[in-house]
Amino acid sequence: MYRYDSYDHTLVAERVAQFRDQTRRYLAGELTDDEFRPLRLQNGLYIQRHAPMLRVAIPYGLLSAAQLRMLAHIARKFDKGYGHFSTRQNIQYNWPKVEETPDILALLAEVEMHAIQTSGNCVRNITTDHFAGVAADEIVDPRPLAEILRQWSTFHPEFAYLPRKFKIALNGAVEDRAAVLLHDIGLHVIRNEAGEVGIRVIVGGGMGRTPIIGHVIREFLPWRHMLTYVEAILRVYNRYGRRDNIYKARIKILVKALGMEEFTRQVEAEWEAAAESLAPSVITDAEFARVAAHFDPHPYENLAEVDAQYVLALADSRSFARWAQRNVHPHRRPGYAAVTLSLKKTGVAPGDATAEQMDFVAGLAERYSFGELRVSHEQNLILADVRKRDLFALWQAAKTQGLATPNIGLLTNIVCCPGGDFCSLANAKSIPIAEAIQRRFDDLDYLHDIGELDLNISGCMNSCGHHHIGHIGILGVDKQGAEFYQVSIGGRQGNNAALGDVIGPSFAAAEMPDVISKLIDTYIAERHDDELFVDTVHRLGIAPFKTRVYADRKELAHAA
Amino acid sequence: MQPERVIRNRSVVTDAWRFVDTLPEEEGPAVVPLAIWKEHREALLARTTPIGVWLKPDDDPAEIAPDLHRLSLVAVHFPKFTDGRGYSTAALLRTRYAYRGELRAFGDVGRDQLFYLSRCGFDSFRLADHRDPDAALASFDDFTVRYQGSVDDPVPLFRKRLTAGGIPR
Repeated sequence: MYRYDSYDHTLVAERVAQFRDQTRRYLAGELTDDEFRPLRLQNGLYIQRHAPMLRVAIPYGLLSAAQLRMLAHIARKFDKGYGHFSTRQNIQYNWPKVEETPDILALLAEVEMHAIQTSGNCVRNITTDHFAGVAADEIVDPRPLAEILRQWSTFHPEFAYLPRKFKIALNGAVEDRAAVLLHDIGLHVIRNEAGEVGIRVIVGGGMGRTPIIGHVIREFLPWRHMLTYVEAILRVYNRYGRRDNIYKARIKILVKALGMEEFTRQVEAEWEAAAESLAPSVITDAEFARVAAHFDPHPYENLAEVDAQYVLALADSRSFARWAQRNVHPHRRPGYAAVTLSLKKTGVAPGDATAEQMDFVAGLAERYSFGELRVSHEQNLILADVRKRDLFALWQAAKTQGLATPNIGLLTNIVCCPGGDFCSLANAKSIPIAEAIQRRFDDLDYLHDIGELDLNISGCMNSCGHHHIGHIGILGVDKQGAEFYQVSIGGRQGNNAALGDVIGPSFAAAEMPDVISKLIDTYIAERHDDELFVDTVHRLGIAPFKTRVYADRKELAHAA
Repeated sequence: MQPERVIRNRSVVTDAWRFVDTLPEEEGPAVVPLAIWKEHREALLARTTPIGVWLKPDDDPAEIAPDLHRLSLVAVHFPKFTDGRGYSTAALLRTRYAYRGELRAFGDVGRDQLFYLSRCGFDSFRLADHRDPDAALASFDDFTVRYQGSVDDPVPLFRKRLTAGGIPR
């Protein structure tokens, strides 16, 4: 993984000193709340319902064991002993004190981490495929470009006060696991027929209040121009994006208002006009090689594709086989696999991990996966480079810490924001809804029979739980001060990303497990062989699902 | 009235400029809004004292591009420091339109913006009234490392990294 050199260390240390002084001035009354807010937000510090929330950047989701141990230490020392892994591959602490955050940032700097631009109206943490570098379907490892982009975006002087937050994702595999169609800018690294590497540039996608699938602005951008082109897009957005209405300030609204053709024309004109002044920002082969060397393949052993011990263990233990089926993923190297450690155990807030679990996972990473791990946008932890022969031992170890729930890709692997329990933006709680649904679907056989199903919950329109792209999406809404939940179905991530359709009027919290059951019952009754829930929805439309859910609801209403 | 204290080239000095909203009647350095400049360009150029133009966030710097060599000051207004359009305005003035004169940021400007503003080409600053310009000077040096190119130095770190001894450790 990328390791800091003296420049990177200096920059982060200077940021800590700067923020320490800003915090001092705020506490001394020299900065007002309004003046301090944008400064603290650009260091990931929110003021929340109970306490401040600090969001720490995990660039493109990649962590070392030493970094994870530091995150555990911070959770113990400054928080209540746990942290929350977010859908942007970051970690959030819910209970730090404002005056202690400079000390937390100083500790993070020791392990080459920071909270720079994890919030605020600036370019946020760059995200990518959690299987980058190991995926069998990978075209180009996106991590070197992600790191180059991270450095470019860090303290970019022209784009620190954009109209609104700005999220960039990179994907380098055939299958899109980074949701590039749903970001302000999505960069899909590809090869052309001549084998040259380029980038399909997608712009104006996003979730939130106005969910939109992004548009391709450039089919094939030579990769050396990644920074210059992104800079042209951002300049057009910075100058012309709306600033009068927070709900209409994202780039997708500008793209929509201008139309894709006109927006493209403006970006291309800006890119051409700026070509001379931006010439030094064309990425050099030397820089790419320097950064890429940090992501060289691990010293893998030459192993056979089939491991006899693993095969035996699969035959021996049904629960191990079930875990392997869901939580073990293909690896490009023979004899290796990637493993998801589920943070979706029923009764635990999705994405939460205790300090003990973090320390434990750091140990697993060192023992089984070259000392590295990843955070997925589905809020789980991934050991990307495990020998198949170690899988059984790893599974047994993970079980002792509640990290082996065999539910990856299944209904109970719920993606969920912190919601009204913590977040001051939320309209409604999301964690208790996730738990009630997980309890309803606690029968593993049934869960596996239902098959792959993405269930996403957001506590408000900001859609941190990515409900628009859940096969089933749940959105917390406020109705005259009471918490209700709107349900959509048919959303999908990946290359054929789609936005879900709302099935009808919203529900009270207590109704939610029944609503999900009715949706699943409809699917079970209607499905064709090998058809996933979302495929059935797309084949039949929402009507049969809607009928079932609301018919039963009427009976309930009559009975009550 | 207290004379305004402004930061110019990293020193605090007394401001020589008068910002006006209409056509200035008396002589002396004056800075007019873009609209006044466009309406009274000839009359303003006929004056014997220096003239400047100030731009609102949504003013297009292209409108004064042909006249930049006649202007002694271009100022960009920040109604709120979170309105970042002025950063692009400055970058365009310095790069695309090759403006070499004094470029000032004024309005809701504080010390925590100086690093970014100066990188985008501003060399002159009138801080918000309650801000102390002397205390603010230190903020120009908040960072000694710059990853990306900008107006102050268009060459990004990656083109200097190896030659400057940045050996990965």
